[in-house]
Amino acid sequence: MANLNINIGKLQLKNPVMTASGTFGYGPEFSDFFDVSRIGGIFVKGTTLRDRQGNAYPRMAETPSGMLNAVGLQNKGVDYFINHILPTVKDIDTNIIVNVSGSTINDYIETAEKLNSIEKIPAIELNISCPNVKEGGMAFGTSCLSAAQVVKEVRRAYQKELIVKLSPNVTDISEIALAVEAEGADSVSLINTLLGMAIDSEKRKPVLSTITGGLSGPAVKPIALRMVWQVANSVKIPVIGMGGIMNAADAIEFLLAGASAIQIGTANFIDPTVAIKVLDGINEYLDRHGFQSVTEIIGALEV
Amino acid sequence: MLDLIIKKNEVLNDQYSLLILSSSEKLPEMLPGQFAEVRVDNSPTTFLRRPISINYVDYEANELWLLIQIVGDGTKKMCELKAGNTLNLVFPLGNTFTFPENKDAKILLVGGGVGIAPLLFWGSYLKERGYNCNFVLGGRSKENLLQLCEFERFGNVYTTTEDGSHGEKGFVTQHSLLKASNFDYIFTCGPTPMMKAVAAYATQTKAFCEVSLENTMACGFGACLCCVTDTTEGHLCVCTEGPVFNITKLKWQI
Repeated sequence: MANLNINIGKLQLKNPVMTASGTFGYGPEFSDFFDVSRIGGIFVKGTTLRDRQGNAYPRMAETPSGMLNAVGLQNKGVDYFINHILPTVKDIDTNIIVNVSGSTINDYIETAEKLNSIEKIPAIELNISCPNVKEGGMAFGTSCLSAAQVVKEVRRAYQKELIVKLSPNVTDISEIALAVEAEGADSVSLINTLLGMAIDSEKRKPVLSTITGGLSGPAVKPIALRMVWQVANSVKIPVIGMGGIMNAADAIEFLLAGASAIQIGTANFIDPTVAIKVLDGINEYLDRHGFQSVTEIIGALEV
Repeated sequence: MLDLIIKKNEVLNDQYSLLILSSSEKLPEMLPGQFAEVRVDNSPTTFLRRPISINYVDYEANELWLLIQIVGDGTKKMCELKAGNTLNLVFPLGNTFTFPENKDAKILLVGGGVGIAPLLFWGSYLKERGYNCNFVLGGRSKENLLQLCEFERFGNVYTTTEDGSHGEKGFVTQHSLLKASNFDYIFTCGPTPMMKAVAAYATQTKAFCEVSLENTMACGFGACLCCVTDTTEGHLCVCTEGPVFNITKLKWQI
């Protein structure tokens, strides 16, 4: 069996398979299906400074090979997370990483500060790419200037591993990646969802209450793979890849494109055990090709 | 998550099928109101699982029944399944109905269209425990009235159709039984306008009332937060906090 250990900056992973924010709850939701401690990390639901009710129903539309969501960061706020949810996940033996979002830079800073002192949380993923909130979110992640600004401010407040989650809804994602790297991001994760839309022709109405939403699932995989490859070739910091990963072959493609680790998102909804299947599949691939360590295939794309 | 085997696909008419599923393993305990997330294979346009109410469980025969209405390609493919095929289910999911406090309680179960599905299982549960049930089942026409013989095993059955082809003509809430009697407990599942009308009737007559919602879902087990309904406690997931809700908890305009 190959060595699956991988480091993302200061973050040590037992393997490169993690689950994406907003698709895995806080972890216990999946413990009936498999031992969640086996995977490399769990990115918990997007967390904000204060309680958010999220958007009105309908928040989801099925699309060809994917889905649109417009949940809008429903969560009970960072204090509730620390006081009530964290105690329920503290025995999960893997990295619990909090996805942090906000409407203002100050929201991000305050939330990050509160999480900085929490021992169980080794990293945060700065969500400057949520397409489903009116203020903040993606607005920060779609210009180099605002992305750099929020990362710079949060970097001062947060000393542990700072992962910045990038939006694909930009002309050149590498520019944004370089901008956040320059301000001290330890790593980047990509892609968040692509802005999309669904219409009910019979009713002549949008399907989602918010009209537009974020597209995920295998429909976005080729775009995600291209962006991961572009970013991995532009920055020096580690890249965490995601976007439509449904199986081990998909995950390996992201590693070959230059991702040091991957996140599984939408696939968790269809097969709640998919993360373990991806992990087993990566193992099998490494053995079959005679690799001693997963690090040998990171960025190993032959062009 | 379990692969179940189709024991029988009973085609009820061109819109509905009753899938009778079994397993080599003993089926887990299921509660009325709970549902299964069904993976649909061989349908290119069906990406997500489909939440389907548990229609009935026969533990002795190790059978789980799912009542399917053809709505889109996913449900069409499910209705085309044949004996011996397998179907992958994540189940049982969701909560259950509340038992009435005493056995003499006057109980009404109101179902419309495919919404009758969980009421059969709930009716069987109530009957087994010595409660007496009245079912008012409605549909557009007699083709939409399903499993009447099954319901008759568990209580008194009354029907309405919009075209008058079976039972009283009109909506379920216009049935004469609702004018003639008062009920202590009302349980309902069906189209939202119907459930709202039933909830209004329950509110007027001061009956305890639970509804089973069928919001669109992605996961079915509380991970995606897509299926929420607005309640007095904020947005709650229909999959984990429901699908059964007391009407006093819902922020419905009734």
